[in-house]
Amino acid sequence: MPTPEAFDPLPWLILLPLAWATAAFALGPGRGARLAIAGLAAQLALALILAGQVLAGGARAHAVGGWGAPLGIDLMVDGLAALMLLMTAVVALPIAIYARGYFRARPKGGEWFWPLAGFLVAALDALFLAADLFNLYVTLELLGLAAVGLTAAAGDRAAVAAGLRYLLATLLGSGAYLLGVALLYGAHGSVSLTVLAPAVAADPAPAAALALALVVAGMALKTALFPFHFWLPPAHGGAASPVSALLSALVIKASFYLLLRLWLDLFAPLVSVSAAQLLGLLGAGAILWGSALALVQTRLKMLVAYSTVAQIGYLFLLFPLATGVSATAAEAAVQGGVMQALSHALAKAAMFAAAGGMIVAVGRDDIARLGGIAGRVPLTLFTFGLAGVTLMGLPPSGGFSAKWLLLMAALESGQWWWVVVMVVGGLLAAAYVFKVLRQAFPPAEPGDLVHRVPRAMEWSGFALAVGGILLGLFGAGPLALLAV
Amino acid sequence: MSGSPGAGRSRIVTWAVVGLCLGLAGALAWAMLDLPAPSTRLPGQVAAQLERSGVEHPVTAVLLNFRGYDTLLEIAVLLLALLGMLAAGVAPRASAPLGASSMLAALARALAPLMVLVAGYLLWAGAFRPGGAFQAGAVLAAAGVLLRLAGFLPAWTRPGAALRMALAAGFALFLAIAALGLTEGALLRYPEPSAGALILAIESGLTFSLGLILAGLFLAGPELPRREDGGGTP
Amino acid sequence: MSLGLFYALLGGGLFALGLAGLILRPHLLAKIIGFNVMGSGAFLVLVGLGSRDGVADPVPQAMVLTGIVVAVAATALALALARRLLELSGDMVLPGERLRPGEDDDADA
Repeated sequence: MPTPEAFDPLPWLILLPLAWATAAFALGPGRGARLAIAGLAAQLALALILAGQVLAGGARAHAVGGWGAPLGIDLMVDGLAALMLLMTAVVALPIAIYARGYFRARPKGGEWFWPLAGFLVAALDALFLAADLFNLYVTLELLGLAAVGLTAAAGDRAAVAAGLRYLLATLLGSGAYLLGVALLYGAHGSVSLTVLAPAVAADPAPAAALALALVVAGMALKTALFPFHFWLPPAHGGAASPVSALLSALVIKASFYLLLRLWLDLFAPLVSVSAAQLLGLLGAGAILWGSALALVQTRLKMLVAYSTVAQIGYLFLLFPLATGVSATAAEAAVQGGVMQALSHALAKAAMFAAAGGMIVAVGRDDIARLGGIAGRVPLTLFTFGLAGVTLMGLPPSGGFSAKWLLLMAALESGQWWWVVVMVVGGLLAAAYVFKVLRQAFPPAEPGDLVHRVPRAMEWSGFALAVGGILLGLFGAGPLALLAV
Repeated sequence: MSGSPGAGRSRIVTWAVVGLCLGLAGALAWAMLDLPAPSTRLPGQVAAQLERSGVEHPVTAVLLNFRGYDTLLEIAVLLLALLGMLAAGVAPRASAPLGASSMLAALARALAPLMVLVAGYLLWAGAFRPGGAFQAGAVLAAAGVLLRLAGFLPAWTRPGAALRMALAAGFALFLAIAALGLTEGALLRYPEPSAGALILAIESGLTFSLGLILAGLFLAGPELPRREDGGGTP
Repeated sequence: MSLGLFYALLGGGLFALGLAGLILRPHLLAKIIGFNVMGSGAFLVLVGLGSRDGVADPVPQAMVLTGIVVAVAATALALALARRLLELSGDMVLPGERLRPGEDDDADA
């Protein structure tokens, strides 16, 4: 019998954002900002309480409806899920404060931002807590539709095309996932992870292997792993800046989390070293190709979006480093991959926030016209630089810890070639970050106006960037939680 | 097809995709012909717990009780689709009612009340035979589409406060009942004697809001082209 | 071979067919139809495999009902965006893709 907690934060992490999203919809276009910020603050508190409970009492389940798997649906929280819930709240709250300032200055495209963002956050929390493959499918679709709605909300031709491309890609990905789930249900008669895992281990049928392939392909598409990244830059680069921050920092992490969870648990008896090496190879391709394309962009937000393509690559280095190697190497690899997900969430949210601030300041999205930024909005430029430090993997940032752990795993398992990729990727990241910084220092050309940027926008982005650095200094806490 | 280099490349891509899809179909067939006997079978468990679910039809029991949480999120997906459409915007055109033929108008007048009646029946029938909130909501939505085509309803480019509340009401009610379950120890746990009544309340709310949302997916869309070919305005 | 398994095999074929349509056809309506064919294939597999021993299984039936509603929602959003794109650009294709000559006319190319 599970001991009934006097107050269980777990279901509220899903109910709360659903409730304020619905209320924001009922309130009407452009309304709901304060509601959202209050809701996200409460969500951060709930996530912290839940993380504390997990740290003290270990992983636990919540049987929705009181039925229990396999008849009912279970929610499950462990260290990894608790970390992801914390990441969601820690990133979403400053972005909401940022968005309030952003959409107050330019309301176009923000009419339905708050309810859409609420459903997006609810979908993330529901996905991180799900322990049922079909329930995960529903949360994936909820997440995808919220993300597409936010992307298309800018309303112009490029945004609608980007949203549609994103929608088709995400539907294709979840379709492949659903077929995999159907095969697993057919083979083993359940969609509950706790019931399926021993069944797959006892009898790894061809259907389960095919399901693995379908799930990996679907999630690689949804996470925009090279060469399935074609939909990401127009969507992340074309959306409103707060939306770009949410999409790049959080949404792609959801499908990565799902893949990681299934790879380590349900599909563990089926995964092969060659499949893992293939994922790593695509990750390496993402790092090199994404960074190279980031370097040649002329639009600031497209540069940041291609940087996301590159940073996703590091996440996928986890798979070859954690599959078929010693336990020490595998542990370091998983720690490094999760650390990369967390630090990229903070740094990329900060970088998109800063990019949005700079674009507001100079009035256009053009790297060549950033002159005068350093003098007029120094905090925003500093935010961009700090986020860059994390992306480059310089100490003492969270990005450094992540790459260090991945490096350790690579050396421990004797796979030096991934080290080369990581070093080259770090240098390329430095190159594209400095490309922006270099343009920002010369004074503005005569005739160029530099507009004021709302303080809420500057400071919320800065807080995120500082978070990325602090993650490196205090990384032991998250890693202890991950070990639960 | 023209002989340009682009066409040659696209032909290679085409054949690669066709090969991939054929391979997938083959792999699927191979996997499905070699399935193990499932270690878990749920139909027996559903039948055993049906009495406690509050409804008599097994699919309704799964939809609204055993896996009611999926259904809760799925309503959110529907609402979200409507939100996405509203967010992407529609062309700023006058949203005047369409000029419909008098034939269609007469048909709509005759059918719409009947469709509401059918929706009510479907909702009631769901407890013990195929039917339920979705089927009922779909019929309601069809009535809405018919009324729109006949020119009796305006397009919803900017739904007003009352309409927004009505669209969200079914989901909000479901959410509230889900939260109420926490007093019983788990999300969406119905107190056993009142499970049937709560499910009926959820289904009634959903029928109403689903009808509106599904109709909204049509009505919030871009303005339909005006009919040029005569057809008297009502 | 049971009827359930037959439907599941059919579903596998439909999924592959829809997938090819979704990837290869440039016209957005064709892509959206491709997605729907693909989704229906996955639903058939789910229900078919669930009842392959002859016992109707209400759980996948309920899951497919959920899936259908989700697919309806996604289709509606896709159609609305495609329609919006048509208004803004005059074309029912994504940027970077081209309709083959006469594609609007022949539905079975």
